Amino acid sequence: MRTVLLLGATSDIGQALADKYAKEGYTVWLAGRNTSHMQDIASDLKIRHEANVEYYKFEALDYASHQKFYSDLPGVPDITVCIFGYLGDQEKAEREWNVCQNILDTNYKGAVSILNLIANSYEEKSAGTIVGISSVAGDRGRQSNYFYGSAKAGFTVYLAGLRNRLFKCNVHVLTVKPGFVDTKMTEHLDLPAPLTAQPEKVATAIFKAVKKRKNTIYVLGIWRLIMTIITSIPEPIFKRLKL
Amino acid sequence: MAERKLTNWGNYPELISNVRSFDTTGMVEKLCIEEKHWIARGMGRCYGDASLGQNVLSTLKYNKVTFFDVQSGVIECQAGFTLDEVLQLAVPKGWFLPVTPGTKFVSLGGAVASDIHGKNHHKEGSFSRHTLNIKVLCGDGKIYECSRTENSDLFEATCGGMGLTGVILSVRFQLKKISTSYITQKQIKASNLDELIVLFEKYKEYTYSVAWVDCLARGKKFGRSILMLGEHSELDELKGSKTKAPLKVHSEAGLNIPFNFPSFVLNKYSIKLFNFAYYHKNLKKLQENIVHYDGFFYPLDNIRNWNRMYGKPGFLQYQFVLPLDQIDGLKVIMNRIAEKKQGSFLSVLKVFGAQNDLISFPEEGYTLALDFPITDSLLEFLDELDKIVEDCGGRIYLTKDARMNKDFFHKSYPRLEEFMQIVNKYNPNAEFKSVLSDRLSITK
Repeated sequence: MRTVLLLGATSDIGQALADKYAKEGYTVWLAGRNTSHMQDIASDLKIRHEANVEYYKFEALDYASHQKFYSDLPGVPDITVCIFGYLGDQEKAEREWNVCQNILDTNYKGAVSILNLIANSYEEKSAGTIVGISSVAGDRGRQSNYFYGSAKAGFTVYLAGLRNRLFKCNVHVLTVKPGFVDTKMTEHLDLPAPLTAQPEKVATAIFKAVKKRKNTIYVLGIWRLIMTIITSIPEPIFKRLKL
Repeated sequence: MAERKLTNWGNYPELISNVRSFDTTGMVEKLCIEEKHWIARGMGRCYGDASLGQNVLSTLKYNKVTFFDVQSGVIECQAGFTLDEVLQLAVPKGWFLPVTPGTKFVSLGGAVASDIHGKNHHKEGSFSRHTLNIKVLCGDGKIYECSRTENSDLFEATCGGMGLTGVILSVRFQLKKISTSYITQKQIKASNLDELIVLFEKYKEYTYSVAWVDCLARGKKFGRSILMLGEHSELDELKGSKTKAPLKVHSEAGLNIPFNFPSFVLNKYSIKLFNFAYYHKNLKKLQENIVHYDGFFYPLDNIRNWNRMYGKPGFLQYQFVLPLDQIDGLKVIMNRIAEKKQGSFLSVLKVFGAQNDLISFPEEGYTLALDFPITDSLLEFLDELDKIVEDCGGRIYLTKDARMNKDFFHKSYPRLEEFMQIVNKYNPNAEFKSVLSDRLSITK
């Protein structure tokens, strides 16, 4: 039985992935902060898909706990998906260091800390798939979300580096840039419907990309085009834009 | 804040609302502290303004099934879980919804808040009769469990209470045992209303019964109709390919109406034509066959967004119930509709069994439901119908309503005072209120 570990399982994308993998017959290990929420998700998956589901408390910002968290799992998961992230309030973060720090730590340091351990264990086994949910926001810095964006940019580069390092030992690393997703994290934003994916769509795209051992995916094809345009605008012009 | 244009199934009225969703109790508790005057909303399948308000709490992400005992058929789900999802889960295990409305795209929270009824009301009552336990987040920020025996006042006011006692968080209810997912159906044509009434009485032992009525037919054909009766099929009744998968679940909808039809599509001629064809599609007086539950209960679910047929202005569904002895009143109303040439294609008549709940709509008598496209003269016309319903001692289903006046409402629900006292106890400062509850002066 194949096993998938979902870091940040209570997020909308995490729940959609849990549903997809459970439906496909995988053993699903949920990891997150809110255990009662994970309990509900687990019972739902067990009832609806008769799936093997367990849940484990995981705190992304408590780096010291990561080793124990990983060692305490009943085995090494075949696939690890790092989903957790924190959008934060850009304007607040410009003024308050703790808000800013929280964005940087959650999206970059927390992810790197846990994935380092997983990468090492996959390298040792010469098997495994690491999926990182990064963001199109990391493709170019923009005034509206550059804290989140820069942390995700760091994460994208980290994943690329991992991919390069682990290629020779057969470990697959997938970078996912979902674009806008209709989630709790973005509910307060007025997102344009044609550019916004449902979490279920993101989950299906990830499931397929893992099977096909893709390197980087944009969930909606249009985002690849948009980001190609955005990254090709010369900086002297770009800096004048309100994006 | 996420301001969104919102309408329910009738596309009328439309409101700009602040819509927030939640997937944990912690999250909904926090939202209710941050902001007042919420109304919970699930699939938006009530027709009018019952789940519209300034602040709308979408339950759709709070949609987990937390308990299902395959032996006893007891299931517990969070409010955003839909009847569609219940069927997908329960049917293969030999269980069915105890009560279902004409669409499966309804959330469980909505099912309780509307105290939905179905074709089996005369035999098995409304949804509340099968509801074992409900959790509600009330105005004081606390979560209460309620049932017929525990906090029974809250239970009674929550079933059919249109979300005004608080946010319905989860529902535990009893499913119904089935041997197959098919319905043994009998359709009988009635050439007029009197004949139909006799047939209803004659076949009252059937579990499921409902009649489609041609509301535009006049004279001798007045009230011509097709009575549809059904029982869950037993295994030995199935033949051919059906025996291979006796507990087959429904499939996804086929057709979609991609945009609003222009309003001239539905007019008295097209509806007359439809009604003529619908009535005459059954060549024989009596027709018997075995059909899947999806076609029997949810014929319109097969056309996604069928509400767009009524065009951008939307439509109103008018559903009332009259006591059994008010058959003349029913005739007066149907006559007015035929005169006005304002009928819709699916006018549905059913006999309710006895029920005397606090605020639930069903009571023993005849219930007729029909759709009217919004026109300039419609509101006035419906006020006129209200008057007849009122004189007959009947009432209107809140889930379908978007326009009834409050005096009529207050007169027609005899236990309203009691209901309002309980609402006031659990929701004292109108923490939960809707356009409907304001319009009908249930909340201040």
